[in-house]
Amino acid sequence: MDMWERIPLTSNYAAAYAAKDADVDVVAAYPITPQTPVVEKVAEFIANGELNAEMIHVESEHSALSACIGASATGARTFTATSSQGLELMHEMLYIASGMRLPIVMAIAARALSAPINIWCDYSDMFATRDSSWITMIASTAQEVYDSIIQAYKVAENPEVLLPAMVVYDGFIMSHTYEPVNVAKDRAPILEYIPKNYSRPRLDPENPITFGAIADPNWYYEFKYQQVVAMRNAYEVLRKADEEFDKRFGRSYGFVETYRIDDAETAIVTYGGLYGTVREVVDILREKGAKVGGIKIRVFRPFPHKELVDSVKNVKHLIVLDRAISFGGALEGPMAMEILTTLRLRSIDVDLYNYIVGIGQRSVTELDIINIYYHASKLIEKGVRLTESIYWGVRE
Amino acid sequence: MSSPSIPIYKSLFDLPREEYFAPGHGLCAGCLVGPIVRILLKVAGPNTIVVTPTGCLEVSTTLYPYTSWRVPWIHVAFENAAAVASGIEAAIKSLQKKGVIDPSRRINVIAIGGDGGTVDIGFQALSGMLERGHRVMYVLYDNEAYMNTGIQRSGATPIMAWTTTTPIGKVVKGKLQTKKPIAEIVAAHRVPYVATANPAYYIDMANKFRKGLLVDGPSFIHVIQPCTTGWRFDPRYGIKISRLATETAMWINWELENNEVFRVTVPVPKRKHVKHYLRAQGRFAHLTDEDINVIQKYVDKEVERINKLVGKEVIGPVVE
Ligand SMILES: Cc1ncc(C[n+]2csc(CCOP(=O)(O)OP(=O)(O)O)c2C)c(N)n1
Ligand code: SF4
Repeated sequence: MDMWERIPLTSNYAAAYAAKDADVDVVAAYPITPQTPVVEKVAEFIANGELNAEMIHVESEHSALSACIGASATGARTFTATSSQGLELMHEMLYIASGMRLPIVMAIAARALSAPINIWCDYSDMFATRDSSWITMIASTAQEVYDSIIQAYKVAENPEVLLPAMVVYDGFIMSHTYEPVNVAKDRAPILEYIPKNYSRPRLDPENPITFGAIADPNWYYEFKYQQVVAMRNAYEVLRKADEEFDKRFGRSYGFVETYRIDDAETAIVTYGGLYGTVREVVDILREKGAKVGGIKIRVFRPFPHKELVDSVKNVKHLIVLDRAISFGGALEGPMAMEILTTLRLRSIDVDLYNYIVGIGQRSVTELDIINIYYHASKLIEKGVRLTESIYWGVRE
Repeated sequence: MSSPSIPIYKSLFDLPREEYFAPGHGLCAGCLVGPIVRILLKVAGPNTIVVTPTGCLEVSTTLYPYTSWRVPWIHVAFENAAAVASGIEAAIKSLQKKGVIDPSRRINVIAIGGDGGTVDIGFQALSGMLERGHRVMYVLYDNEAYMNTGIQRSGATPIMAWTTTTPIGKVVKGKLQTKKPIAEIVAAHRVPYVATANPAYYIDMANKFRKGLLVDGPSFIHVIQPCTTGWRFDPRYGIKISRLATETAMWINWELENNEVFRVTVPVPKRKHVKHYLRAQGRFAHLTDEDINVIQKYVDKEVERINKLVGKEVIGPVVE
């Protein structure tokens, strides 16, 4: 009998379904557009008895993550969700959650940051968490949101890892649009994949331990290094989790996804929901004889060096579509910077053309990407190597 | 549930012998946080989880790889002890429902924080926790300034007190504002138990801790805590100064049960003049007799208000 039920879900609802099917014990969250429906749906599941969890209706995101830290430190499987300013308000707590090695899982509907206020999608909020030591996955379909959150628990709770994880998806573009999603009819097989384990170190009067001690210069560095090791371990653990997911459930995502890349000379690289558009553009351009392919970065932390290098080995030029700005950066597209560093470290000489798109959800159509491709092709023809990001379509 | 109104401790000998606050911590000599926490943990016992926000208590008791805490303890940040405690309480509830933690077991969740972490930066999280009704006892040890960062004013610093950010200058002398009445603000949340306590009256304090732990819902115990470093007094005088606070009615020990029964637990039939309290501390050394009279008038008014609340004279006139 098929274990899946195919229903239309937004990415927000897919996130809530995943939390339910992961049988989380505690949820603490605060509403913010465009994440709010996640909190509402989880509350509904609890109200209907479909999820047996404590929900803490906190008074802020700072308290949301603080409460999650308390709950997770007590041993509970813990979930939260946020966006934009909410994620910024959590910022201080992000580092504490990972520093305490608490496997909290968080859904993020990516949204631009103030000022000016903009409730729509870009990835500035996610990139601002770059160094906080959270495992970070970017989903590009609602199905992937659901599956990634379930995988996230498996990786985060692994004793070799014990780090929090976030699963990010486009605000509005994905958070508020329906797609068919396979959700488990019964959570038992999911829980077989991510069995609950309450034996990690926790606040237990039977066995008192001190969490969040003060570490002087003689100790702090070692704690941080252990986090480095944990994040490195997460790489293999995530790979295996994805493989096992494939074996059990017939779906997998890898770290990097490619589309028609084998004989491509140019690859268009992006992340999140925009990858769907990129794939369509690749088909259109291929029909016109262009040797082009698509690449999606799915895992941002730990950064997928090996898979990225593998996927570009036959490619000569990369067009990286970034959906956030790193102001004053060596290159202002944050993902382009990561990619460039990865390739340079492995002496791979690929020309990289970085376009900034979709800021504050400025629309990025197929035509935009086609035009970007031709724009870059001209630069390539002329032998221009770029030294700065290009702001596509911005009015100066 | 046993009635929270029955105090059980009559003398020091009634307190449990067990120590859950280990010696060897780094609090200043003469700091009264130590005795407060020691008694708190004796009352609470081993079935307890403690949250401490950033502050003197936290930095002095958990320098890795050592710890003074013989109960599970967590520090997360400066402004969120109440939120962290909310999460712990929710997790216990959830895991008890699922049988991971024995459902018959009553685990105390205690947050203990300084005045800065409670009345200022942590106030929002505290208010949220109170409003949501978590069964957490929040203990505020009030040394009336940010001591951990070196004696800066807080919302709990009394009027005219010297701190490093309310210095004694030619034009401005000390803090300009009065102390934030945090216990009453907490009481306005209509929680089951609110009290003020003084370590010089340790049995009264211990009984309040006990009551706070017995109620179903949030409780708040506001404890005055003389700080030798910030208040500028010889370490041996901590308890003496603490007692003077109550004897002068600069500090009144009261409790409010179920938002109904208000009582002053340490009546002071004959009150001392505030100068005895103020002159004992370096942070008030700059006060003129006139300044002291201003403070005395504040206190007189407060005494009048409290007596009216109780309906009889529980704090008497100044006799000395
Ligand atoms: C967000 C944040 N701001 C500032 C600080 C710096 N800081 C640490 S402890 C402290 C004061 C603590 O004062 P209080 O709560 O009164 O406790 P005490 O040290 O007096 O025991 C401050 C300002 C901090 N840790 N975090
Ligand atoms: S500075 Fe004050 S509160 Fe802090 S440890 Fe010393 S005496 Fe105690």
